Amino acid sequence: MKIFTTTSTTLAAALGAAVSFGAPASATECIAPSAPGGGWDFTCRTIGRILTELDLVDGNVQVTNMPGGVGAVTFAMVATERPADEDLIVATSTVGITQIAQGRYPAPVDTMRYLAMLGADVGVIAVDDDSPIESLEQLTEMLAVDPGSLVTAGSSGAGGWDHIRLLMVAREGGLDSLGDVRWVQFDGGTDAVTQMMGGQIDVVSTDLGEIAGFVESGDIRILAALSDDPIPAFPDIPTAKSQGIDVTGYNWRGLYTGGEVSDEAYDEWVSDLETLYNSEAWQTAAVESGLIPIWRGGAEFSDFVIEEAQAMEEISRDIGVIE
Amino acid sequence: METLSLLAGGFAVALTPLNIALLLLGCFSGTLIGALPGLGPVNGVAILIPLTFAFGFDATSSLILLSSVYFGAMYGGRISSILLNIPGDEPAVMTTLDGYPMAQRGRAADALAISGVASFFGATVAVIGLTLFAPALARAAIHFGPSDYFALYVLAFITIGGISGVDPRKTLVSALLGLMIATVGLDPISGIPRYTFENYHIYDGVDPIVALVGLFALSEILMLLEKAAIDRAKPIGLDSWLPDVRTIWTTRWAILRGSIVGFVAGVLPGAGASLGSVMAYSMEKQTSDKDGTFGKGDPRGVAAPEAGNNAASGGALIPMLSLGVPGSGTTAVMLAMLISLNVQPGPLLFERQPDLVWGLVASLYMANVALLFLNLPMIGLFSRLMLVPTWALMPIVAAVSFVGVFSISNSGFDLQLMIAFGVLGYLLRKLEVSLVPLVLGLLLGGDMERNLRRAMSISDGDWSVLIASPISITLYILTTAFLGLSIWLARRDHKRTQIRNFEG
Repeated sequence: MKIFTTTSTTLAAALGAAVSFGAPASATECIAPSAPGGGWDFTCRTIGRILTELDLVDGNVQVTNMPGGVGAVTFAMVATERPADEDLIVATSTVGITQIAQGRYPAPVDTMRYLAMLGADVGVIAVDDDSPIESLEQLTEMLAVDPGSLVTAGSSGAGGWDHIRLLMVAREGGLDSLGDVRWVQFDGGTDAVTQMMGGQIDVVSTDLGEIAGFVESGDIRILAALSDDPIPAFPDIPTAKSQGIDVTGYNWRGLYTGGEVSDEAYDEWVSDLETLYNSEAWQTAAVESGLIPIWRGGAEFSDFVIEEAQAMEEISRDIGVIE
Repeated sequence: METLSLLAGGFAVALTPLNIALLLLGCFSGTLIGALPGLGPVNGVAILIPLTFAFGFDATSSLILLSSVYFGAMYGGRISSILLNIPGDEPAVMTTLDGYPMAQRGRAADALAISGVASFFGATVAVIGLTLFAPALARAAIHFGPSDYFALYVLAFITIGGISGVDPRKTLVSALLGLMIATVGLDPISGIPRYTFENYHIYDGVDPIVALVGLFALSEILMLLEKAAIDRAKPIGLDSWLPDVRTIWTTRWAILRGSIVGFVAGVLPGAGASLGSVMAYSMEKQTSDKDGTFGKGDPRGVAAPEAGNNAASGGALIPMLSLGVPGSGTTAVMLAMLISLNVQPGPLLFERQPDLVWGLVASLYMANVALLFLNLPMIGLFSRLMLVPTWALMPIVAAVSFVGVFSISNSGFDLQLMIAFGVLGYLLRKLEVSLVPLVLGLLLGGDMERNLRRAMSISDGDWSVLIASPISITLYILTTAFLGLSIWLARRDHKRTQIRNFEG
């Protein structure tokens, strides 16, 4: 589903035939600011499908892939060309907000109106199964005493979300000089985990979804889940909160719309999305793709996004990723 | 023995009428997609994924369809490399080096047959390797750390120097250009934009496919335009529409060596088919280019990289299935598909879903055989393409290039970028600079840089980490030996030529 991928254009192009699209036309469009196959693409395609199934929109939702600049190309386009388009929704996530917080988008976070988040992947802190580190407390102590003593890694670059949420944990555990923690970027969570199993690195901070297989097989040990409540599929994994570290690190999936969209249209979107969130179709689809269904919508969600962006900006500045 | 019975179970799963039909459909459309410039296995797999959902196939059937497209596209990539000097996909770049010269000398049928057989062999070696050693190999591959990967890329780059001989300085310039282009985009480590000039379209870097189609396809069109303006090019003759079996037999060792090298490159997560074909070609050139025939249409120069890239694409399934780490762009797409089918690749996949794994393995054996038989009879058809006059062929190539590139990202900017690369390719060819090192620099440069910087992050800036593991030390020794050997060979050839000149 993630990659229901290619638009009809690709199909037509590739087969060298002029295939006319049979789907009934609809005004509703969801832009996935990435190539087919990623998380944003999944968000648009799944939400688009369920919106149609529940008759919340007329006809099909057209999904457009507009990759570029980790979402910046789409953000710039919506800001300048379609700020008041009430039929347009755009997929975003913590990754996009991190980019905004670090000034890598052409406009600040409040340029858009944030509709809702519908699910999240939970961040975890993991070590190898034969690592001497047994608990989160032990890890934060080691980092606080000598930040350079451990090699940490994840699927984002320095200043990316995997890095930042690890530092949030370390700071809560008493570390001051955040910039001294050694961080290694890998292309995905599983790459980082296999490198940890190979003994190259000591600690991995990433989303649970991708690496769940290694937890089940016992190759790695999760020290903490960065969620409010224990993860349903892994009830034995303790949360950071239960170990006295008050940090959550969700990688949420959500949607925004243009900044000049009217209040009525905005409210209607929020209530439609809440209906979708409560549908069985979404609950199943989210769990199947490793997400935990979590709802935050409307004003509550907007505030949450803006607060998160501020927290990210602060940490990014602390570690010198931005000035 | 247990493996064999599991495999037999796999064949039972794969040999249903539906799965066989999917297999044939996948092989055929894969070959076609691979042959079109710009459309490679990644697009092929992406195009067919909606179909698997639309028809509601189960995970095994979907996987069979997509893997046969994947293998088909790897087969198909060589066709336009040989006939048009335009690589159908990234790993087929090396096949242009000797494939196109062979076609120009009227031996297109031979080149197609050799590459077909080599592909079959390479892929079969990989599937046998997958059958016997998958979990063990995956466990071994995790000990390859960033500094070891870096050493591997150093080895690959050193051997590039020997690839496209004309003038080593021009090769170096070309490779450096490729490396420079590979640095464009968001810095992978710190996320800071580099050489992007505030243009968000190149934040993600230059898509190698866009560069590849521009450099090869568009520059070819420009070259032909120029030629047509000066003198009407004669169509290339064909010696025969039927391949010569003896020629294929002479390449048997090249095929074997290429398969093994390619398989090893494929098993390493993140290395993939491009590296496999590069290593296979340059190894083969070092071992058997005694008379300087490589680059001028040597059949072994076609056999080795084709065996290599197909073995690598099979090998790449090992880390994907048993670790969940994709070894190439295509396996990355397949991985995403598996996850969305609620199949979690990883250490437990072989135990939990043996039907799926062994059904896949069995279908790969079948796809290989199907592709060989599908491809050999089509050689006559494909080689007749050589007789199509260029005024008819080139507009089609241009159209396919533009549509193919646009379909990847729906971006007009990519089309402009492709045209810019076309002009760059044309200029470089006028200066007699080989384009292959440039493309390899672009393809491998990003991974090489990332691994160097990962190694540096791990060691906190201590360069000695690069030679701290036995794997990297071995690779550097190999590199030095290669370098020594090529210098020695060059000197010897130089002396011989001198003696010949003297005697003459």
